[in-house]
Amino acid sequence: MENLINLTIDGIDVQVERGKSILEAAKIANVRIPTLCHHDDLCVAGNCRVCVVEVIGRPRLEASCAVPAEDGMKVLTSTPKVRTARKDIVSLLVAEHNTQCTTCYRSTNCELQSLSAEYNIDNDDYISVLKPQKPIDKSSWSVEKDDSKCVRCQRCVRTCAELQHVNALTASGKGNHMKISTFLELPMNDVVCTNCGQCITHCPTGALTERRYYSDIWEAIGDPTKHVIINTAPSVRVGLGEMLGFPIGTRVTGKMVTALKKMGFDSVLDTDFTADLTIIEEGSEFLQRLEDALVHKKQVALPMLTSCSPGWVKFIEHMYPNHLDHLSTCKSPQQMFGALAKTYYAEKMGIKPENIVSVAGMPCAAKKFEANRPEMKSSGYQDVDCGLTTRELGHMIKQSGLDFTNLQESHFDSLMGESTGAAVIFGATGGVMEAALRTVYELITGRPVPFENLNIVPVRGLEGIKEASVKLENCLPKYSFLEGVEARFAVAHGLKNARIIMDQIAKGESPYHFIEVMACPGGCIGGGGQPIPTNNAIRRKRIEAIYAEDEGLAKRKSHDNEELKKLYQDFLKEPLGHKSHKLLHTKYRKRNRY
Amino acid sequence: MADIQVLVKELVNKYGTKREALIPILQGVVASERYLSSEAMIEIAKELDISAAEVYGTATFYSFLETVPRGKYVIRICRTIVCEMNGKKDVLKILEEILKIKVGETTMDKKFSLLETNCIGWCHQGPAMLINDEVYSQLTSDKVREIIQDYIRNK
Repeated sequence: MENLINLTIDGIDVQVERGKSILEAAKIANVRIPTLCHHDDLCVAGNCRVCVVEVIGRPRLEASCAVPAEDGMKVLTSTPKVRTARKDIVSLLVAEHNTQCTTCYRSTNCELQSLSAEYNIDNDDYISVLKPQKPIDKSSWSVEKDDSKCVRCQRCVRTCAELQHVNALTASGKGNHMKISTFLELPMNDVVCTNCGQCITHCPTGALTERRYYSDIWEAIGDPTKHVIINTAPSVRVGLGEMLGFPIGTRVTGKMVTALKKMGFDSVLDTDFTADLTIIEEGSEFLQRLEDALVHKKQVALPMLTSCSPGWVKFIEHMYPNHLDHLSTCKSPQQMFGALAKTYYAEKMGIKPENIVSVAGMPCAAKKFEANRPEMKSSGYQDVDCGLTTRELGHMIKQSGLDFTNLQESHFDSLMGESTGAAVIFGATGGVMEAALRTVYELITGRPVPFENLNIVPVRGLEGIKEASVKLENCLPKYSFLEGVEARFAVAHGLKNARIIMDQIAKGESPYHFIEVMACPGGCIGGGGQPIPTNNAIRRKRIEAIYAEDEGLAKRKSHDNEELKKLYQDFLKEPLGHKSHKLLHTKYRKRNRY
Repeated sequence: MADIQVLVKELVNKYGTKREALIPILQGVVASERYLSSEAMIEIAKELDISAAEVYGTATFYSFLETVPRGKYVIRICRTIVCEMNGKKDVLKILEEILKIKVGETTMDKKFSLLETNCIGWCHQGPAMLINDEVYSQLTSDKVREIIQDYIRNK
């Protein structure tokens, strides 16, 4: 085993693969070394020096995240020299930090604050060298940037570059003048930012946060003339618990519904209802495109791309403006919900749409931007008044003084509260594709999709791009034009992988018919509005919870949703019909790449 | 094609479109335009297929890659310790007096900009300064006056 090396860390023997860092070796030895600029999702930066250790025989302290472990190395992680150095390093970071922790949104969930507490930093050692404060950049609907809280670890820059291939953020200047910038220091709203919010979930402090709107919602709840409704996305129910004392991956659906009702929402509804609706509309659109291509020999854009993820939609608008016709015209479940809330729901419940405040509880930062897109007013009002993140909902529940742990469970209200397992799995990468296949295959052949227990395993999991194919045989007469066709599907998550998919399409080399793309790694469960931190271990647990929720539901195909059938019967009439076209479908716009 | 597009295209033809071509291209633009306009940076980003923010980040890292318009002659006076100890302060005072601008500013006629620089390697003959690529060392108040008057009259 030439590839394995042996070293000791604090006297503990440990064997690791050659090339692993001292920090990784320490993890295996169960020795905790504090870090700040390091993140499991990102490349090594080695710029904060918090993780310094002593290596016997070397004159200087080494940054354990950046130095490879070597055979025979003896590492000490907690000597007086190390502790003094770490305390000095953290003190210097604190000295240039805006330490108004009591008024910071990230207070109690801040890595600098934790380190400062751990090393008992006091301001007597180093005087504050905080630079004169610039106004907080609140230009974006989704992301707020406060440089006074930045520790310049560049996790956001690496996230934007490595995970998302967007590069809206950069480090400008050098030395003492280095700062996290956009092109020409332009406001966040004026650059190529997709609003995905991954920079927020990777920021160790409160320098990057979502723009918060929950005070407006408290106000609306307190206003007796307003009928305030909320719909919550699938990923919220598997993430919210993390903010309220539950282990990662706990499903808190029932408690969440009870909490929202007790907080005063007039109706607590399920985004899953419109996720099921998305499947019906998007599935029908996909079949229409295939028919147009194969039967009518029309020029249609294939593969078709999903459009549920507003970060992804803005990405393609910026980066591939000449390929927007590949995007499904379907709005996201959030926006379908909003459009129906102020039409169908208002009508059925006998409430004036102008008195409805429609709130969406989302794992997402980009949903805030999406709600405010000028296209999203098809009910005659702003369809979704406000998008809140999982984190904001967590804060609201804490503010309401509820004993969340001991709450009874309850069900979503009706109308628009019923969901199937197919809608729940929208939260995990591959879920939209799996849900679509469960319905589309059955529409074409009249038989359930040929995967054991409806679980389309090839599209699940954290691999960047996943593929599946289904051979269409014994089709129903209406779909005889698909007989013998091998339908090919792909799933991409994280905009880095979306770019690979799009480059194939741009070259005319894409082998697929239908592709699901989610902006965030892992899909919505890893969204920019989810509890912090997020890494692959956490993503896996949230994904497990999503599939467990699916398996636990009696109905697992979108077309089995009874409330949805009634929606078509009473209101929409047919998929892709006149009303659907007006309320549920949208157009996209070309945006500048620079 | 706008002039800047032609210039960037020429530089790309010379240095290629790989990432390592970025700095020579940036230098080439500065050599001919004296600074990197936003149009220039966008044009470079397009040619190299990278983001405009990345070009901006790189440009702002290097002191000699200007991202704001400067005068025809950029005076950079050394601010490091040896020059400081040899009377840089007096030299700077005279420069500000003659040019009627402070460090970081450009004269109304766009002829001179006054900046500070880190060590330029003339410690043995400090205080020293650069005017564009020309080095002037062992500066005194009188010498500086002469040099600047010469630029004002003859260049």
